[in-house]
Amino acid sequence: MEALRRPSTITFFVLLAIAAVMPMVLGQAKFPQWLEVALGGLLTGVLYSLVALGLVLIFKASGVFNFAQGAMVLFAALTLVRLAEKMPLALAIVLTLAVMIALAWLIERLVLRPLVNQEGIVLFMATLGVAYFLDGFGQAVWGSDIYTLHVGMPKEPKIILEGFFDGGVLVDMEDLVAAIIAAVLVAALTLFFQKTGTGRALRAVADDHQAAQSIGIPLNRIWVIVWSVAGLVALVAGIVWGSKLGVQFSLSQVALKALPVVILGGFTSIPGAIVGGLIIGLGEKLSEVYLGPFFGGGIEAWFAYVLALVFLLFRPEGLFGEKIIDRV
Amino acid sequence: MIYRETGQFKTTYASDQQLFPILQDRVFVIGALAFAFVAVPFIASDYMFRAILTPFLILSLAALGLNILVGYCGQVSLGTGGFMAVGAYAAYNFAVRIPQLDLLVIFILAGLCAAAVGVVFGIPSLRIKGFYLAVATLAAQFFIDWAFARIKWFTNDIPSGSVSAPPLEILGYGIEGPQRKYLLVLAIVSLAALVARNLTRGAIGRSWMATRDMDVAAEVIGIRPLTAKLSAFAVSSFFVGISGALWAFVYLGSWEPLAFDVNRSFQLLFMVIIGGLGSILGSFLGAAFIVILPLVLNQLPAMLGIPLSTAMVSDIEFMVFGALIVFFLIVEPRGLARLWAIGKEKLRLWPFPH
Amino acid sequence: MKHELRIKAAALLMAAAGALGVAADAAAQSSKEIFVPVLVYRTGAYAPNGVPWADGFVDYLKLVNARDGGVNGVKIAYEECETGYATDRGVECYERLKSKHPVAFSPLSTGITYALTDKVYGDHIVLITAGYGRADSVDGAVFRWNFPMMGTYWDGADILVQHVKEKGSLKGKKIALVYHDSPYGKEPIPVLEALAKREGFELLKLPVTAPGVEQKATWLQIRQQRPDYVFVWGWGVMNSTALKEAIAVSYPRAQIYGVWWSAAEPDVVPAEMAAKGYNGLALGHSAEKDRPIHKDMMKYLYDKGQGTAKDKSEVGNVLYNRGMLSAILTVESIRSAQKKYGNRVVTGEEVRWGAEHLNIDPARVKALGVEGMLQPVHTSCMDHGGSHAARIHTWDGGSWSYTSELYKSEPKILDPMIKASAEKYAAEKKLPIEDCGKSS
Repeated sequence: MEALRRPSTITFFVLLAIAAVMPMVLGQAKFPQWLEVALGGLLTGVLYSLVALGLVLIFKASGVFNFAQGAMVLFAALTLVRLAEKMPLALAIVLTLAVMIALAWLIERLVLRPLVNQEGIVLFMATLGVAYFLDGFGQAVWGSDIYTLHVGMPKEPKIILEGFFDGGVLVDMEDLVAAIIAAVLVAALTLFFQKTGTGRALRAVADDHQAAQSIGIPLNRIWVIVWSVAGLVALVAGIVWGSKLGVQFSLSQVALKALPVVILGGFTSIPGAIVGGLIIGLGEKLSEVYLGPFFGGGIEAWFAYVLALVFLLFRPEGLFGEKIIDRV
Repeated sequence: MIYRETGQFKTTYASDQQLFPILQDRVFVIGALAFAFVAVPFIASDYMFRAILTPFLILSLAALGLNILVGYCGQVSLGTGGFMAVGAYAAYNFAVRIPQLDLLVIFILAGLCAAAVGVVFGIPSLRIKGFYLAVATLAAQFFIDWAFARIKWFTNDIPSGSVSAPPLEILGYGIEGPQRKYLLVLAIVSLAALVARNLTRGAIGRSWMATRDMDVAAEVIGIRPLTAKLSAFAVSSFFVGISGALWAFVYLGSWEPLAFDVNRSFQLLFMVIIGGLGSILGSFLGAAFIVILPLVLNQLPAMLGIPLSTAMVSDIEFMVFGALIVFFLIVEPRGLARLWAIGKEKLRLWPFPH
Repeated sequence: MKHELRIKAAALLMAAAGALGVAADAAAQSSKEIFVPVLVYRTGAYAPNGVPWADGFVDYLKLVNARDGGVNGVKIAYEECETGYATDRGVECYERLKSKHPVAFSPLSTGITYALTDKVYGDHIVLITAGYGRADSVDGAVFRWNFPMMGTYWDGADILVQHVKEKGSLKGKKIALVYHDSPYGKEPIPVLEALAKREGFELLKLPVTAPGVEQKATWLQIRQQRPDYVFVWGWGVMNSTALKEAIAVSYPRAQIYGVWWSAAEPDVVPAEMAAKGYNGLALGHSAEKDRPIHKDMMKYLYDKGQGTAKDKSEVGNVLYNRGMLSAILTVESIRSAQKKYGNRVVTGEEVRWGAEHLNIDPARVKALGVEGMLQPVHTSCMDHGGSHAARIHTWDGGSWSYTSELYKSEPKILDPMIKASAEKYAAEKKLPIEDCGKSS
């Protein structure tokens, strides 16, 4: 948390706050509409962080930038939705979790172990290959239609504060429930890392592979566990996004949005993934609605990345990331 | 035994510093070029030209550019598609607004535009490294895609946003038909490969490699990171821009921004990694692999007599693609170029055992 | 040693793959069959909409072979090529299948149509873009080889405005266009802008970046701007996402109108009952399942296990019907060519003539078994579209039903725009403009 006290961080947040309220200051928007967009943005941001969590987990423990996270989200969602067609939902979820754990084991065995001491870029390309494989495999086995995932999420929005503001403030209930689920997940993960033995072992591995090995922590098993946890996170993200958008191929593209989140938050920080997600979501939606019309619209496509880029110029390791020390 | 260099003595500095000092290399390269320029136009079919050779050559030029950036200078870039788009649209705008310009001049100007854009988006590399830089280049990719879709001036105010290249003509000589297009592309790519090879052998290439290997140490011995990194971005984007212009003008004919999206960037990065980072030959080998693979995967089930739906074929393509990438990374992380080099090493002894 | 073995295996694999790929030159097609390639997408973000269209198209070709023994005795050979809606893959499919002497291509993508339009000039292959493609390719004097049959996007835009105008004058009103940021989505903009000037409404353009899953900000803007109508010009997953986001901001579905590619089952089923009231353009047909043609499909294909669709219930869906009609138009063009040139394997040139002299009158429509689904098509050199009519159908939570009369687009507005655009293209490409009075 001392990262929060650095002057560059504080400046960034102040600038962000000023930019965020600018539409109201300039009279372009009234408060209730601004609040709607801001809330929508924050909630979407939490959804991005769900995907980013998986990325951070894997990077923390094994130093691999898992580009296949998006494909894992899609694969988990596809498996779940197709299994749920034939059995009760709870059983389908358990089975899907088992499939994701098996997948984690396979990836560790077939991809990570042979590539153990390679450079980062080689591992990155390997996960890219895994992503392509999963994309094709998921579609081959489960089909390429849009599948509706019924998990009981509310579909109609809720209008709050109607008494206060004319027209009220629209809150997307599905996104809100998703945000709550994400919060619960993060809390559970934090407890797992802080309180359990495996969690401590994971932190040890993240800190220093060799030291952890020397005290007897089995590296391979730890990696399987990490990838399984990432698989669980992918499943939750798949449920949430799949319920929102329908389970279809473009779910794996959502992962691309998780990249600026991880950049902003720092590759190795779980709270960073959340904070980064909130910032990216908020910035993206506000800019699209209030800045977009001046540019003809569609700036959502690149805004998150440019925001992350600008941020990187001032803090190359992200908000909460570890400072990269170069040794010559 | 075939590849022995014994008996080849150099008596001048010039001959020692030539591009291919070993006679067998020279013979092979000159033979290959002669075959490509003289024999292929007569023996290859229309389909070979249009669907295999031309895209292969253009994409290998792009891979060459990317290899300079990623392989020689170590700056990971996922924005190559965007730079190709800059080259393509720049060429289009020059061709439409200043029609008197010759096509070759247009291509060079397009390359220069792409180089300028490359330098601008390369500035973050002075602060950011590794994966962070990769994601920063994604910003370039998406921004450029958006700019060409939104800013009407770039597409000559055509409402659909889909632009088409004017008929190709160099010095009054029309470039129609697959053979002429192939020869044009082959000429440009050969020249580019020569230039790239010489650049990477020279001082600037060495500064790139020094920056890649250990940038802090490079700075310490006096290589300015600004010049090294930005020149890599500039040269790389120059080649990528020309390849984008070629792709649009010669291969597609008519295109929209989606033709240069992020999937193209990934495809080029695959080519470079599979072909071999830091190797000119590797760019060509990687491009050949990526261009031919989907074709093979498409034809294979039919040839083996297994009836598969097109959906299944497409899915299997993805799966095989991903699996092959992982396979290559495990078997030979330094790519096909390394396999080639190992092959040549074996040829020094073969057919003798030792 | 193990490493060496691996490297040898890799090298061998490469060599084999290379040889195969190079030898993948398409074999010459049998000269006894007419070859009709189909560019489809059964995977990727556009698959949910591409699959039923492809099934309908291929099923009709199979039916012609099975039921009629081919077109006047000449069987049809077909081949699918997966494009994933990507222009360069479409071009590659085209180049690969060209050597099999195809007579007509159906690219099923406006982007691919633009790319292929330049090439078909030299290759003499007909492009039948039924319900999509370049709107200005109606002008056959410039676009000799393009046939946007059944209707173009300019027709659709005009008809939509005609329909909403019936509900009350549009002066001072606001219409939002949520469109796919591609040539397909941008196509209606010139007509809508011209109509906005004429009718006095404000056009709000909201582009959605492909593939279209990010629409929250778009629909939040719609909630704030409160347009009277929203036109959706999407494809693939953009459609269902648009509806879901519309539901999430409580925008009344009855005020949303989708173009005929945005008003099919894959778009509304994910939102189910909540999408009730959503309207769409029906390009002459909707989700009819009970015409004689469907009965024939069951009798000759599905009951014998020869159907292309994985699920019988797909037969008769909106996009299935459209694919089927696309194939019907292709076959009728071939038939029309055979009438003049003889009942044999006709060439691309001849099919072009056939497509330009297509005359599907109501009697023929009935004979084809698609009564009520296809408006009469009458093409000519000046009008390669042949038909410019559509009506509205609405989703009631379980099925589509027609909710309007048939509209025809206004030639007064569209013809000058088409001519101007076609002439600009001809000038840019230095193409000769046919004199339609002289063509036979």
